[in-house]
Formats: sequence, structure tokens, C-alpha cells
Amino acid sequence: MMLAAAMAAILVSMVLLLVRAVLGPKVYDRILAVNIFGNKTVLFISVLGFLNGRPDFLDVALVYALINFMGMVAVLKFMHFRDLGYGLVRQDERS
Amino acid sequence: MIASVLSNTFLLLGSLALIIGSLGMMRFPDFYARTHAAGVTETAGSAFIMIGLMFAAGPTLITLKLMVVLSLLLYTSPTAGHALAQAALIDGQKPLGRIETDESAG
Repeated sequence: MMLAAAMAAILVSMVLLLVRAVLGPKVYDRILAVNIFGNKTVLFISVLGFLNGRPDFLDVALVYALINFMGMVAVLKFMHFRDLGYGLVRQDERS
Repeated sequence: MIASVLSNTFLLLGSLALIIGSLGMMRFPDFYARTHAAGVTETAGSAFIMIGLMFAAGPTLITLKLMVVLSLLLYTSPTAGHALAQAALIDGQKPLGRIETDESAG
């Protein structure tokens, strides 16, 4: 019963985060919303496994957490340098 | 019995944290204020819901997997939030409100 309530809370939270990701005035608001949306997806997959009575989806949740983190860092690097081919130096230090 | 009550309590707390953090993401006026709401929903919501699922699973392998997922979330989420806030600051996004600088003070 409380599992269903937690699932409903996660779904409402995801809808609000999607609204923020569409509305967000700057690109960093969108990146923040999408990052937390990925975090909520990890919770969603875990709770979904418990709701179905087969909590074997946790490996999927684990992989999703890893990919979410690395994807966000890659998107941040792309938004800063407009290119993924540079090393991690600041833009004013580049000649 | 006790495990069920604890599981329901932790799941309820986690759901409350999720809803409060998402409302903050919608209502706060500034990017840096929104990172605060994001921190609430990332750490408190994830940790409470994962602990509730651990009490629901009992002492099995599932609990170990949940602990691995939770520790991974608790390591990566603050790192990602810090990287995001610092990238926004480097790109010149100003916080709302008045900032005390040398020109305004003098």
C-alpha cells in the first residue's frame, strides 16, 4: 500500500521536474531538472520491482545511476566548451 | 511487524521529501535556490525511500544491492550538484539579490 503511495509521489515529482525542464529559463535549470529526473528514475525502477514482486530490477537501477552521473558531467563539459574533444582546462587558460 | 511499520514510515518520509523538493524546484525563483531544493530531493528522498525498501526486503541479497545503489547515489548526487553549480558560476550566472562588492560598499 505504501509502496503504491511512494510510486505515486515519484510520478508526481517526475511530472513537476519535467515541467521545470521545459520551462527552465537557462540551460543550467534544464540540466539540473534532467539530472534529478534521472535520480528519480533510479527510485522508480527500484520501487517498480518491489511493486511487481520481483525485485530483480536493481541491477538496472545501478547501471542507470552510473550512466546518469557520467552523462551529466559530459553534458556540462559540452555546454562549457561546446566540444567534447578538449581536456578539462578552463576556457580562459586555453590559448 | 516492526519491519513493516518501519518500512511504511520511511517510505512515507521519502515521499514527503520528494514532493517538497519537487515543489521547491517549481517555485523557487533562482537557479542556486533550485539547487538547494534539488539537494533535498536527491539526498533525503532517495535515502528514505531506499531505507524503506531495505526494511521491506528483509535480510536478503536484495538489501545488499539496495545498499550498493544507495551508496552510489549518495556519492554521485552531491558531486553532480557541485559540478553543476560551479559550471553555472564559471559561466557567469549571477545569484539573485544584492551582492556586497567593493563598488556598492564604497
